[in-house]
Amino acid sequence: MFLLGAAGLLGFLGLWWGLSASGLVAKQFLPTPLEVLARTLYLLTEPFAGATLPEHLARSFERYAYGFMLAAAVGVPLGLLMGWFRWLDDMVTPVFDGLRFIAPIAWVPFAALWFGTGIGGPIMIIFSGAFPPCLINAYRGARFVDRTYIEAAQMLGTGNLRTILQVLLPASFPSIVAGLRIGAGLGWQSLVGAELIVASAGVGYLMVQGQSNISTPTVMAGMIAIGLVGLLIDVALRQVEAFVRRRRGLA
Amino acid sequence: MSAIVFDNVGRRFERNGQSFPALEEVSLTVADKEFVALVGPSGCGKTTCLRMAAGFEMPSSGRVLVGGVPVHGPGPDRAVVFQQFALFPWKNVTDNIAFGLRNKGMLAAERQDRVAGIIKLMGLEGYETAFPHQLSGGMQQRVAIARAYVLEPEVLLMDEPFGALDAQTRIVMQEELVRIARINPRTVLFITHAVEEAVYLADRVAVMTRRPGRIKEILDVRSVREAEDWHRHTRVEDVMDLESFVHLRTHIWRSLREEKVDAEH
Repeated sequence: MFLLGAAGLLGFLGLWWGLSASGLVAKQFLPTPLEVLARTLYLLTEPFAGATLPEHLARSFERYAYGFMLAAAVGVPLGLLMGWFRWLDDMVTPVFDGLRFIAPIAWVPFAALWFGTGIGGPIMIIFSGAFPPCLINAYRGARFVDRTYIEAAQMLGTGNLRTILQVLLPASFPSIVAGLRIGAGLGWQSLVGAELIVASAGVGYLMVQGQSNISTPTVMAGMIAIGLVGLLIDVALRQVEAFVRRRRGLA
Repeated sequence: MSAIVFDNVGRRFERNGQSFPALEEVSLTVADKEFVALVGPSGCGKTTCLRMAAGFEMPSSGRVLVGGVPVHGPGPDRAVVFQQFALFPWKNVTDNIAFGLRNKGMLAAERQDRVAGIIKLMGLEGYETAFPHQLSGGMQQRVAIARAYVLEPEVLLMDEPFGALDAQTRIVMQEELVRIARINPRTVLFITHAVEEAVYLADRVAVMTRRPGRIKEILDVRSVREAEDWHRHTRVEDVMDLESFVHLRTHIWRSLREEKVDAEH
């Protein structure tokens, strides 16, 4: 397993290096892996476009955190309620289905028009990426919850509010956490698009500046940073998911 | 007073635009504090009867009354014990049992007293903070029975409560149920396909026909139990050895077998 993974990675790096060293592609447009690594290390401590790479990442993460938390805070309760109240499901689903296939980046023009270069724009775009899975998974979790839990709550004389909070929510929890994980990934993927319209700092901004300076190693350093942080977010949420499953005795 | 009355109850199901009868002309009264077991071939609609008394389903015709009032929906006056326990896996034993009491707005101190009492009665001491998945099937069903009993409901509805348990555990639970029912009698409707269990536990056993289910016959076990003094035996196997027990059991078996033979034609 590990050996195959390492071989795949080495093969990929070899192909990349061969392609850029052979001169088939202009060096300016495809830097070698070593150049990218050197540039990444350089950017860790030296500022480019007004900040070092970690500083850009921190600003990006801040926007991302707001966007994702907003998506979770709206998507999860709305999904749960849609799973519980049929009329809400019938009301929201057509609107939601009409909007959910619009890629986050398609909102960039409106985000720019409505929010200018402020933090609102990126939050809106990240929100549009993270929101659908948050809602859909909470909805599915609530809609397909084991009916006997609901019936048990009902025969114990439980009202709507308590049933939603103490039965529907915990019963849907594994599905909700899975949705948060997917949403977190999609939100992070929307980041670069979100930061196309940012004028101060952020990994997306760094990459745009790198492009206009024809510094492709800088662009790639940004890509690597995005990939790595995305991986870290996913690993962290996987841990949360595994913890939830263990506590339930499911694992 | 809280008798369960099925008054000429019918229930139809819709499938692929067609309507199928599941129950027809079911009339049965479970008197106050009486224990009635409902046996029948699988798919005869006995669980549907229980679900209508619980308020999870509505009859298509006829009426289901509990305490003289038509059943409109589920409520804590009719506690249900499910075959698959239906405990809340995210709550520990104490919180599962206390769940219904919290709905009643009972004071915390009284709630704790009630829960502690039922935990003792059901032999659950030492498991108060355990989660359902940490317990055996038998222990989980004890918790489910405790969760129902703690509400002191007028009516207990038990849907094959021991059906998911192994044979040994099942016997222990049957003895436990008899013990608890003597301390604290309730109006009980008990669904089972195990004939011996029905004869051992019930005051009366109602036998149903195959689908569409009707009440085929009702046997008075209680009069036999009292006449033959089954109570002098505390163990299931001793009661099941008695001639009067065997006689009743065999009668019901034959009655059910006729149904199955018919079904094959």
